Amino acid sequence: MTAAVIPETPGAYTGAAPYLQVRDLSVRFATEDGVVRAVDGVSFAVERGRTLGIVGESGSGKSVTSLAILGLHDPKRTTIAGQILLGGRDIVGLDEESIRRLRGRDMAMIFQDPLSALHPYYTVGRQVAEAYRVHHPDASWREAHRRAVEMLDRVGIPQPARRANQHPHEFSGGMRQRAMIAMALVNNPELLIADEPTTALDVTVQAQILDLLADLQREFHSAIILITHDLGVVSQVADDVLVMYAGRAVEYGTAEQVLRRPQHPYTWGLLSSVPSLHGDPDADLIPIRGNPPSMIHPPPGCAFHPRCGYALLGSASTPGAAAGACEVDVPQLRQVQERGHTVACHLPEGKRVEIYRRDIAQAGVVR
Amino acid sequence: MTHPPTGPSGPSASAAALLEVTGLTKHFPVRGGWRRSGVVRAVDGVDFAVRRGETLGLVGESGCGKTTTGRMLVRLLEPTGGRIVFEGRDITHAKRRGLRPLRQDLQIIFQDPYASLNPRHTVGKIVAMPLVVNGIKPPGGVKRRVQELLEIVGLNPEHYNRYPHEFSGGQRQRIGVARALALRPKLIVADEPVSALDVSIQAQIINLLRGLQRELGLAFVFIAHDLAVVRHFCQRVAVMYLGKIVEIGDRDDIYQRPAHPYTRALLSAIPDVAQPNGRALRDTEEAGGGAAGNGPAGRIRLTGDVPTPLNPPSGCRFRTRCWKAQEKCAVQEPPLADIGGRGGALVACHFPETEPLR
Ligand SMILES: Nc1ncnc2c1ncn2[C@@H]1O[C@H](COP(=O)(O)OP(=O)(O)OP(=O)(O)O)[C@@H](O)[C@H]1O
Ligand SMILES: Nc1ncnc2c1ncn2[C@@H]1O[C@H](COP(=O)(O)OP(=O)(O)OP(=O)(O)O)[C@@H](O)[C@H]1O
Ligand code: SF4
Ligand code: SF4
Ligand SMILES: [Mg+2]
Ligand SMILES: [Mg+2]
Repeated sequence: MTAAVIPETPGAYTGAAPYLQVRDLSVRFATEDGVVRAVDGVSFAVERGRTLGIVGESGSGKSVTSLAILGLHDPKRTTIAGQILLGGRDIVGLDEESIRRLRGRDMAMIFQDPLSALHPYYTVGRQVAEAYRVHHPDASWREAHRRAVEMLDRVGIPQPARRANQHPHEFSGGMRQRAMIAMALVNNPELLIADEPTTALDVTVQAQILDLLADLQREFHSAIILITHDLGVVSQVADDVLVMYAGRAVEYGTAEQVLRRPQHPYTWGLLSSVPSLHGDPDADLIPIRGNPPSMIHPPPGCAFHPRCGYALLGSASTPGAAAGACEVDVPQLRQVQERGHTVACHLPEGKRVEIYRRDIAQAGVVR
Repeated sequence: MTHPPTGPSGPSASAAALLEVTGLTKHFPVRGGWRRSGVVRAVDGVDFAVRRGETLGLVGESGCGKTTTGRMLVRLLEPTGGRIVFEGRDITHAKRRGLRPLRQDLQIIFQDPYASLNPRHTVGKIVAMPLVVNGIKPPGGVKRRVQELLEIVGLNPEHYNRYPHEFSGGQRQRIGVARALALRPKLIVADEPVSALDVSIQAQIINLLRGLQRELGLAFVFIAHDLAVVRHFCQRVAVMYLGKIVEIGDRDDIYQRPAHPYTRALLSAIPDVAQPNGRALRDTEEAGGGAAGNGPAGRIRLTGDVPTPLNPPSGCRFRTRCWKAQEKCAVQEPPLADIGGRGGALVACHFPETEPLR
């Protein structure tokens, strides 16, 4: 890449290249009904010691993006294009053996669904120990087990030595999640991808887990990607935020920029949907109107246009009028005035700022 | 009723109670190991009632027994003790035949959208299943009704012939909601039904469930950990801790005048999107300290060991993490009681908080 106009990471630079650089990533699945364009030209970067929050509608491609980074897609059904640089090395298309060596040691993932990551037949302790032994073949079982118990303790599982001998089904949902975090962290990975890591947890445990991740990040200076639909969580832990819609990045910036001065209509919709702790509890919530787009036949132009209240459309009342920009051209991420903040929307920046002040911030929706 | 309710919900609640639960208990034996005789006291004597068309929120720490309670209500788990009365009928140990009509009236939406959908069935078949099993022929046919249901929950009719693995987490949960709605039940136990959904769909589903509640008089037991969501959906809220209800009352009492220290800790830990860069705040925050507040700025950090239901602490189960604990708390279990000043809300604490939150 030549000197980029758009910085890869929105926030402060350390000078060094970001540990993870994702460039123009596309992921497609062949299905009976057609090709699913799950991820379509997404770029972002995460430096060591920083946390990127990825938010977006269900089905917008967040998990597919992270599975691509970890090389977990079935190559027979999946087409991946673009670059994924891990410590400067492109890992797209690496053979299974090489990627397996990276996985669990250099990068690890906490899944949305703890049951799929934990084997029902083995004790939790054994599975954590196993994850350790994969990358420490010289370690004895006893050593690995000790390390497993230590990790279970670290993630706040009470009586870890005893709990290590239980099976996943004997754990509550939240405890399974903690066990999985223990498994992911057992080798101190440099990149940790956490896909909805606290979705199943109550707020006090959620706070503990987020603290834990922050502690470990401080200690090991790892890069973290946190995928979540909980904007409260994002606002608490993310340095940078990437907003996805229909497989594309629509807004990218620091947490402050995206959450406080959002410029994309979809981001406005997201923020407005959050149930408030302070407003009228009996008022209906304000979801984004309409339904999620088909990922096989996404709407032309801006994929959000059928649901966008501000779309530039051709005038329906004027026969023969040209279609509006939003129906035709796919908006690209463009830098706004503030450095590091990029938005993919056809509306002029001045207009977006004005609409946000008038309709969104004023309505007290984003408090 | 032959057995007058002994629960603290009292006669006023029972008058219109759809569901009434007393002393409900579930102990799981610990298998193997050196502590063969042990039991996990997953749910350890809970009392509550749900009126017709009402939503009771069930919140509390991971592992406190919410799912176990919910599964006992819909009879997916056999209670160890206590009683479940539905529409005046004791269904605690109802057998298969007696259960059939009940299964229609009582539905559950599961916490885990992955485990709860048969991977070999199409979405259409999954949602149609309750109709088929119960021999119900909706006007316009099963397929029409199923497509209607898919649309209600925000799925595309193009999804009818797809399989669960082709869906994202949130989409799968919507399939579960559609399935639960198929039989038009009277009470739905919803176990974290929106936890896996993004906020916009979550808002849609909450609005949808609220609409269904208003129009069809549906009652819900709504298990969730997102207290902001609970506030928008539940008329009453029960807070559980380690197998017990520690506080139960009307929404406003719980959110504005929480009396139990644990409830206060829960409310204070809610991450607030209005506080970006909360990260900096979190780093400078102090532990415990009893300063009950609202939002991250006044967050109460619970310290101390998280106890286990294998061996719960004596007296008050929260005492190992409570900043107000005194000797009495270790000796005597606090009963769920009305401390006055709150429309009948009950709290189990020897030293309840009395100041309303700001
Ligand atoms: N193996 C697959 N085959 C076909 N389509 C798939 C496959 N995996 C995912 N998809 C589709 O790709 C899109 C993106 O899915 P993904 O799981 O990344 O969503 P997500 O953003 O993580 O959503 P959620 O918040 O619900 O977890 C969805 O439309 C989904 O249906
Ligand atoms: N089949 C089982 N055998 C043994 N113990 C169990 C079993 N099912 C649940 N438990 C235990 O019972 C307790 C309550 O579990 P439950 O799943 O009801 O919690 P929960 O409140 O739903 O938690 P979460 O918020 O994490 O879903 C936990 O300690 C759990 O480990
Ligand atoms: S490009 Fe057009 S349709 Fe898309 S978000 Fe902007 S205004 Fe709305
Ligand atoms: S009874 Fe004692 S330990 Fe329990 S919550 Fe009240 S003050 Fe705390
Ligand atoms: Mg996902
Ligand atoms: Mg549960």
